[in-house]
Order: sequence, then C-alpha cells, then structure tokens
Amino acid sequence: MVGITSFGFYVPVYRLKRDEISRAWKMKSLGGERAVAGHDEDSLTMAVNATLDGMKVSQKQADGLFFASTTSPYKEKQVAAMIAAAVDLPENTRTADFMDSVRSGTIALNSAIDAVKSGSSESVIVAASDSRMGAGKSQFEQLFGDGAVALTIGSSEVIASIEGSYSVYSELYDTWRLEGNPFVQSWEERFILTEGYVNSMQKVVSGVLEKYKLTPKAFAKVILYGPDGRSQANLARRLGFDLQTQVEDLPFQSIGHAGTAALPTMIVSALCNARDGDKILVANYGDGGDALILQVTKNVEKLQGKEKIKERLARKIYIDYERYLNWRDLVPSEEARRPEFRPPSITCLWRERKSVLALYGNKCNQCGTVQYPPQRICAKCQGKDDFEAYKLSNKEGKIFTYAIDSLTASREVPAIFGVVDFEGGGRVMCEVTECEPSQMKIGMPVEMCFRKVSRKGTIPNYFWKARPRS
Amino acid sequence: MGTIKDKVAIIGMGCTKFGELWDKSVNDLIIDATFEACEDAGVELKDVEAAWLGTVFSGHTALSLSPPLKLQYIPVTRVENMCATGTEALRAAAYAVAAGACDIALAVGVEKLKDTGWTGVQPTNVVGRSTMGTTGTEMELSPPAMFSLLAMRYFHQYQLDPEEGKRLLAEIAVKNHRHGSLNPRAHFQNELTVEQVLKAPIVAWPLGVLDCCGVSDGAAAAIVTRSDLARKFRDDPIYIKSLAVSVGSRLDLMTQDYDFVHVEENLRAAQMAYAEAGIKNPRSELSLAEVHDCFTVHEMVIYEDLGWSKRGRAKEDIENGTFTLKGELPVNTDGGLKCFGHPLGASGLRMQYEVYKQLQEKSGPRQVKNPRLGLTHNLGGNIWGGVACVSITGNEIDRK
Repeated sequence: MVGITSFGFYVPVYRLKRDEISRAWKMKSLGGERAVAGHDEDSLTMAVNATLDGMKVSQKQADGLFFASTTSPYKEKQVAAMIAAAVDLPENTRTADFMDSVRSGTIALNSAIDAVKSGSSESVIVAASDSRMGAGKSQFEQLFGDGAVALTIGSSEVIASIEGSYSVYSELYDTWRLEGNPFVQSWEERFILTEGYVNSMQKVVSGVLEKYKLTPKAFAKVILYGPDGRSQANLARRLGFDLQTQVEDLPFQSIGHAGTAALPTMIVSALCNARDGDKILVANYGDGGDALILQVTKNVEKLQGKEKIKERLARKIYIDYERYLNWRDLVPSEEARRPEFRPPSITCLWRERKSVLALYGNKCNQCGTVQYPPQRICAKCQGKDDFEAYKLSNKEGKIFTYAIDSLTASREVPAIFGVVDFEGGGRVMCEVTECEPSQMKIGMPVEMCFRKVSRKGTIPNYFWKARPRS
Repeated sequence: MGTIKDKVAIIGMGCTKFGELWDKSVNDLIIDATFEACEDAGVELKDVEAAWLGTVFSGHTALSLSPPLKLQYIPVTRVENMCATGTEALRAAAYAVAAGACDIALAVGVEKLKDTGWTGVQPTNVVGRSTMGTTGTEMELSPPAMFSLLAMRYFHQYQLDPEEGKRLLAEIAVKNHRHGSLNPRAHFQNELTVEQVLKAPIVAWPLGVLDCCGVSDGAAAAIVTRSDLARKFRDDPIYIKSLAVSVGSRLDLMTQDYDFVHVEENLRAAQMAYAEAGIKNPRSELSLAEVHDCFTVHEMVIYEDLGWSKRGRAKEDIENGTFTLKGELPVNTDGGLKCFGHPLGASGLRMQYEVYKQLQEKSGPRQVKNPRLGLTHNLGGNIWGGVACVSITGNEIDRK
C-alpha cells in the first residue's frame, strides 16, 4: 500500500490584513488576512521548515526529496539539494525540483507515488512551498499568501493510501510570469475561469470518477483547488458535491492562496479531521489538472501534529503594508552607511557545508564539551582531532544574553542577536527571528530555524536563526 | 619567565589632535606625530634604527611608514592587532630595544577612519578574519551591539534595574567628557549631562549614541631607548614596567562557560602586567589609568576586570567618584576613547601619551597629584575572544 505517511506544515508568523492593503491603495478589501514570508524567508527556507516539521513525526528516513514551487530563488540551480543538505538527508537521496506551475505540488506528488510504487524509492518527501507576489493594487496582492507543506509518500504506516489518479493538461495562459517580472500576470478573469479553471477541473474530476467508476457521493471529503472562494463553491456545486458536508474550505481568510502549497495545505487540514475509511477526492489545477483518490486508514487515529498546526497558525505578528513593501524590496531605499560585507566565498561555504547548512558542531570525545563551529583542538581540554559530529539544528536552547542592534546593515532594523545555550551543551550566537524586540528576554526558550541571511551580491546565502519556542 | 621591567624607557612622544581631520592625510598624521615625538626626545629621524607602524585599515605594510618619513633603508614593520594595534607597535619597538637589537626605536600608530564615507568601523568579526573568503554567515552585529550583550547580562546577573544601570553608564560618559573638556587635543571637548546621555538615540539598548566613542582620525608616536641611555636624552624619561598582551581563543562563544559579565583577556593581561610590574594592590598603587572605553559598559566592566572594583559592584565606585580626576584612581584623564574617538592604530599610543605626560607632570588642569605609575589598557576584537594589552609605566626605576 502506497500513500501519505506523514506531513509537515509551515506558515510564516507574519500576517498582513487585507484591510491594511486596501488602506494603502484606497481600494476594496477582500477581508481576512494573508500570511507573509518574513524578510529572511523565501520558498526555500519555508520548505526546509515544513520538511523538518514533518521529519519530527515520521518514523523512517526518506530516500527522496522533491521540491515544488513557482518561486525558486534560483533560475538555475536545484533547491531540493539545498533542502536535503539543510535537513541532513544522506548523500544518496534522490532530489528533484518541480517548477513553474501552481500544479507542481501534485505533479511532484504523482512522481513520488510512482517512485515508491515502482520500488525505486522507499520514502519520498514532497516539499511544496511558494511566496508569490501580485503587483501593488492587484487582486493577487490580496489573494496570495505564503506557506509550505511537506507530504511524505511511503509504503509503511500509511495514513491515506493512493487509490487512483487522473491528469489532464491544458494549454492556456491563465497565470504566468516572465523572466525579470516579480509579479504574477493573468488574462481576463471571465475567460480564464470559464475556459481554464472550470473546464480543466470538470475534465479531471469527471475523468477520475469515470476511470474508477465512482460517484460524488462516494467521498467523505473533496479537496478542490480554488482561485478564490466563490469560484471554488460554484465549481463544487456544478460537480455535484455538497458544499456543507463534503468540500474542504480554502484557507483564504487565514493564509491566502499559497501557490503550489495551496492544495497540499488543504490535504493536511483534511487529514487532521479525517476518519478511518474516509475516501477523499483531491483535484488540483494549473496548466491542466491532477486528480487523486485517497483512502484514509486507521493510522489516521494516531496522527501526530494536529495541535502543532493549530499553535503555528495561532502565532501571529501583524505587519503594516510599508514593512511588507520593504521586505519584498518594492521600494528603493538607501543603504545603511556601514562598512560593506563581502559576499560569501562558494569554496568556504562548500568546505563548511555541514556546519553552515545543517548546523553541525562537534563534541569532544575526551571531555564531552560540545562546540560550534566544529573544532580540531578542543576549546576545553585541548585534545586534538578526537571529536564526534554533533548536530545543533534540532536542539532546543535558551537565550543567555542578547542585543537589539539598530546599527547593523540589515533589511529589518533593529535586528536581534542572541547568544543561545543549547540543552545538552553547545552555544551559538545567531540572529533571532519571528520575534519583536520587546518580546526578548534572557532565559527565553528558543529553537533553530533555517533562514536567508542578508548579503549583497549575487549569491543567496542561508543560515540558521533562533526563534521563540512555544 | 623573562621581564622587560625597567629595561626600556620612553624618551619622546607625539600626538596629533584627534577628530574629523578632513584636510589631513594618513601621511600628514604620521609626519606630525613622529616629528613631535622626535623633537620631544631631542633626536633626529636619522637616529632611529628601527621602526614599527601600527595601523588596522590605513596601510598594509612597512611601505606605509618609510615613504612619508623618508626613512633611510632601516628595518620597518607594520603590526596589526585590532584595537590593541597602537600598543602592539610600542611593544615591538620596546622588545627590540630590550633584546639589544637596536638602541633607538620608533613606534607610530595611525588611523584615518573618516575617508570612508561610512560612520563607524568595520565590525570586529570581520577584522582579523581572512579577507579573501568567508562563508558569509558571520554575525553582522555592530560593535555597540556586541558590547550591549555585556550590559544585558550584567544587569540581569547583578539584578540592576535597567534604568538604573543605564544611568550608571551615563555617569561614565559624563566623567570622561568632563576630563576631555580640559584637553585641547580631544575630538570632543564638550561637557555632557546625565540627562543628555540618557536622552540620546538608542543604538543597542542600553547603549545610546552618547555611550559610544566617536569615530576619529589621529596618530601618536613614541621614541624608546635603553633605560641606561635614557637620561642622556632627558631628565624625566618614563620607564616601561610591563607590556602585557593576552589573546583569547574565541572559546567563550564555543562553549557555555563564558558569563558575559567580564572579559577574560582583560583580566589575564592585567594579571600578567601587575605581576611583571610588581604591583600588589593596583587600586592604590596606580596613579592613573587610560582604559578602552569604546562603550561605557566596557569601562564599567574594566573596573572589575582590572581588579579595582569588586565583581558586580562597580556601581559603588562609580557613585563614589572613585575614577574621576580627583578620585582615588583617576581613569581616562584625557577624556578617553569617548572624547578622542577610536582611530584603532593610534589609540594605544594616544593613551600612552597621556600617561607619559601625566607622569612628567605636564598635564595642566588635568594633572593628577604625585604620579608614580600609570596604566594603559586596550581590548581589540570580540568580548568573547579578543586581544587585550595592558601597559604599565612609571617615572622612576624600581631600585628594589
């Protein structure tokens, strides 16, 4: 039996109220709020966070990692490899990126299912993550939200087995984005809804029902992609599903449309409320459609992580529109008059990849002292070359002392720096994120999270920061 | 272990005015400081047998010193040890004389920070690293933010109310500005009130703009010779008792041992210096001290690190005026980094200049009474692993 064996969920803590966007533009608000990736986040870092969240509960180490997104920080270079390195998967992990279509999440999922079914992989993590931008004043600016989900496909401890799939493609300019344009573009709404969304979704849903000889009534739940709430509701009715009992809500009010992560987010939410024996229909859209039939197993009853998702969704820091503009680099602003930092050396980064990307220190075999970065001569007993590798990224810690720095050349000033002492030993000084200066306290419990570190030049650079632990 | 005590004497010193010296180049500063030192010593440049230049940013090699001074093919070396660079140049010159390698040596420290277009200096976690390549993940915290780590932990550990702690730090800024107001060479010669310091914009809580030293240009120089030759040059040479350096291994950020309420290198350098100079009770034996008040909180911690105040109780001494001009142990009598700014390569020698003049009783309105022994102190690099220099000089040879 092949299916979903675990999941991880990530949403940035930052929220922008749609009323706040409408205030800036003096236009109609769509109501609710959207999640906003912090100035130090992108689809790569969010994918790492979702993947780590999922790995906390999964029994088995994955041997594959697929990344799905329309907003890779790279035009050329694989993101999945960086995620695999940050979450510390072995070198013989199969990695792949599935890019460019909002449907990439289910495209990657289908590939993972095929890989496991064929026996070439045992367990594949699919990390779908997006941080799309609509131009100022556009509907998309209000509709879009940022987030990531990691679904693991395997053949043991399956929560929901994959009972069938069906796909169609459709060549139509619905939404698209060209080189050099940060904003998603689209064609006239009436046309793309009718000939794009409704047409493809009808084809893929009726196709899958026909193929497996099922009727709408067979499903306890149906997870339908929706460009917005009203269009999704209209489609559901047209397909013969009951809105009240069958259709999974879009998380528009709390997160927004999270691109490739939008549908996987709804799968996670449906699984949290599913019961043994439930049949779930999943239909995703984007340059065509993917339909999947899920069969929930009794393993769903011991599902972990539901509370964590609620907690994560409840942790919010509201930002104003100007802060959003600054974070997304939408307003040219003056550089701090501070000495310039050099961009990273790729050679140095490569040499220290374990300590930078997976936050490995080492532990002295002679005196047991944990130290970061990894040393050759022990800081405590001066023993030479007698260490074992010791990972700090998964350890919890406390703030020993901290600084609120208004002078540093960061996009977000003041920046917070904390000295973190880890349970079980080890100390690092790092930036503190997901935290406003007034929240900082000596002794505050923190955990580590993967983040973009601001650097000039052409090399995006990533490292670990601390964030408050709930 | 060997000792340099009383083997070497300073016979001449020079120091430029410090400040935003827009119309002076690095070379101008070197020339002005060096010629004042030579004149003071009664020697000519051609008498100098070897020279050391201390600079962090304003020159790379000995070729930053010989060409402006037109030194004639003598050995010259540039030294760099972060904020302790000036003292390091003096140390090199003094040790060469003590070793018998030369009889007259020159030490010059210079820094020109105001040609960059920035405010502030390169963070110290960049200084001292390979400039050819890094992972780009070094923390970009600014120097005041680094020192604020000390303040946050100090207030926490000793249960000082943050507002009370901030006021205490302000007292240090006020004291140093009072001293600086009496010094025509200081960059800032204005007095400050506690209220002004408290109301200054916050840079890294609890440190505001007026808790930070300025950013300045400046240079200072010293001529040293063997002690037994010193009186040929002048009646009041100043004898070197110790030039101690302690360098940390950045251990303090690698393990959980470091307490962030002191700086271990400060303490170790002071212990070495006191032992070499034969000082048992520094608070009563020292006549004055010039210390590294880059940020007010550091001066507070220095009072404890250098053994003058009890741990966690600098407050009492600050409130009692122990370290004011008229106090038991006057500290930063010239105004300190607070009023001079901190042109890195120059600061150590600038401090030495003040101690030298004080010990010769030439300090006018700032003169301390009956001076015998003076101390200078620098800390370069990070509070969790840096370079500390402590020098002790006196106006008499110890006949014991």
